[in-house]
Amino acid sequence: MKNTRGVVIGVAAIVFTAIFFVVPFLFIFLIASKDITESAALEFSWPQNFVLLDNLRQALAARDYLMVIAFINSVILTVASVAGLVILSAMVAYIWQRRASRWSPVVNMLVLAGLIVPPAVVPTIWVLQSLGLFRTMPGLILIEIAYGLPFCVLLFRAFMTTVPRELDEAAVVDGAGSVQIFFRVIFPVLRSVIMTVIILQVVFVYNDFQNPLYFLPGTENATVQLTLLNFQSQFLTQYHLLFGTILLVTIPPLIMFIFFNRKIVEGMAAGSVKG
Amino acid sequence: MASTLSTSEATRLAPAARGLKERGKKRPGPYPYWFYFLPAIIYVVLFIVPTIASFYFSFTRWDLFTSTWIGLDNYKAFFQEQALITGLGNTLIYAVITSGLKVVLGMALALLLTSKIIARGYLRSVIFFPVLVSTIGVGLTFTVLMDPEDGLINKALAVVGITGPGWLTNPDLALFSVALVDVWKGVGLATVIYIAGLVSIPQEYYEAAEVDGAGRWKVFRNIMLPLARPATATVITLSLIGGLRSFDLIWAMTKGGPGFASDVIASVIYKQYQAGFYGLSTAGSVVLFLVVTIIVVPLTVWLNRGEES
Repeated sequence: MKNTRGVVIGVAAIVFTAIFFVVPFLFIFLIASKDITESAALEFSWPQNFVLLDNLRQALAARDYLMVIAFINSVILTVASVAGLVILSAMVAYIWQRRASRWSPVVNMLVLAGLIVPPAVVPTIWVLQSLGLFRTMPGLILIEIAYGLPFCVLLFRAFMTTVPRELDEAAVVDGAGSVQIFFRVIFPVLRSVIMTVIILQVVFVYNDFQNPLYFLPGTENATVQLTLLNFQSQFLTQYHLLFGTILLVTIPPLIMFIFFNRKIVEGMAAGSVKG
Repeated sequence: MASTLSTSEATRLAPAARGLKERGKKRPGPYPYWFYFLPAIIYVVLFIVPTIASFYFSFTRWDLFTSTWIGLDNYKAFFQEQALITGLGNTLIYAVITSGLKVVLGMALALLLTSKIIARGYLRSVIFFPVLVSTIGVGLTFTVLMDPEDGLINKALAVVGITGPGWLTNPDLALFSVALVDVWKGVGLATVIYIAGLVSIPQEYYEAAEVDGAGRWKVFRNIMLPLARPATATVITLSLIGGLRSFDLIWAMTKGGPGFASDVIASVIYKQYQAGFYGLSTAGSVVLFLVVTIIVVPLTVWLNRGEES
């Protein structure tokens, strides 16, 4: 009795999500698989002429392989900022959680401010300009680190409370220095939360649009998201290539989701509650 | 809570005392402050300094190199030009609609996904996946889907005999259409936050309610809703902050148009920056800062206070 109810509601939910959530993604895939004339009709139908790979190749090759360059830029940006974020925010969380002092409330206030306050863009450009970092990849990497720190520090801090102090104290007795303790003893213990931070930040930084738009403008530097938006006007009458590009941009998060589904969902739920 | 605090306080005192002894021998403790140094420099220089500087530059005419003090002129311009006032109002409308819908739909979907139905894992994945997809990709896709003639949405409506509106071309509708897409993309996060909240409610409450003969609605109203309050607080705070700051989706779908019908503060800031009005753009940043703080900070305090009582 109860089971039939579950089946009926479940099937209804499957139909509902199919219409609202699956159809848009299927639409991207179908248009990306059609040839130029068929794609122009924007029909939700199976392509008569299935040319997905050809379209993806064309989308990548468009404008002297701009999309390939954009992917390289995005990978550099994502890897460098996430690596920096993991190490720096773990260091902050470690000291913040372990050593209560008059600095702790300051850190607390800065972290909360970072989660709420929207960045002031033009003054940030002014600072970057005077440091010679405006329109440079290192500048954007540092921006991503600065904006990502509060969220990552909170995630690390929450986990750090579960790491027993005896661990550090034993290392002190063994005569280890503070750097050694952190990297050899603490860092390995944080492996699970490090994975969470890496996965979440890879998704955030890769999908970031606003910061590259302001701080790293210019075609040769453009990241994937910027290039995608530029292609909208480029491919105004070539929907097969526009949707081919959207499909390409969607593949990395899809891969992440397939492999790390549980970790992403848990991390986002936990991170938001702590924030 | 008090007992754990005092024990952690006690363990904290022990190394501190040891640290004092060691400082005499010039050995740094295991928790050196210089670990703060590099992250603090990056954070202060690239986030705190610009935020403080924005207050000064918002009172100037500014080209990044020289700035001239013009008093309140930028703010006067901001509150006198129709386009900019519209942006301010739209920001509030957008934030309220998106967070309201995310609360209601997130709760409903979480109730559905924690009940005994088939294919829960699949349903949760499908609803959550848009959270991870590029906002620009989602925006461009829905711009095509919402096309008044060729778009799939209006074609589908035509099948059942409804003439679909110009979702993004009608100035009265454009902002709401973008907000709907925002909800579509973000409801998955609200749902998983609510699921986490509902799952953490102890089973005993439901059992007690069953003994008392409480109906489904009573269980929801008197057990689930109050005990899921932290989740509600999180969803509201997160989506309000996100909604007030939102830029990517609006920029990908309408660029603030038609005209300036769907402009928000963030898109106004970008447009003024592009036009070279750096002082005015910065005044926009300050307005956004004030709007976010004035709304979010008291709300967070209020929501968390309610949680304790």
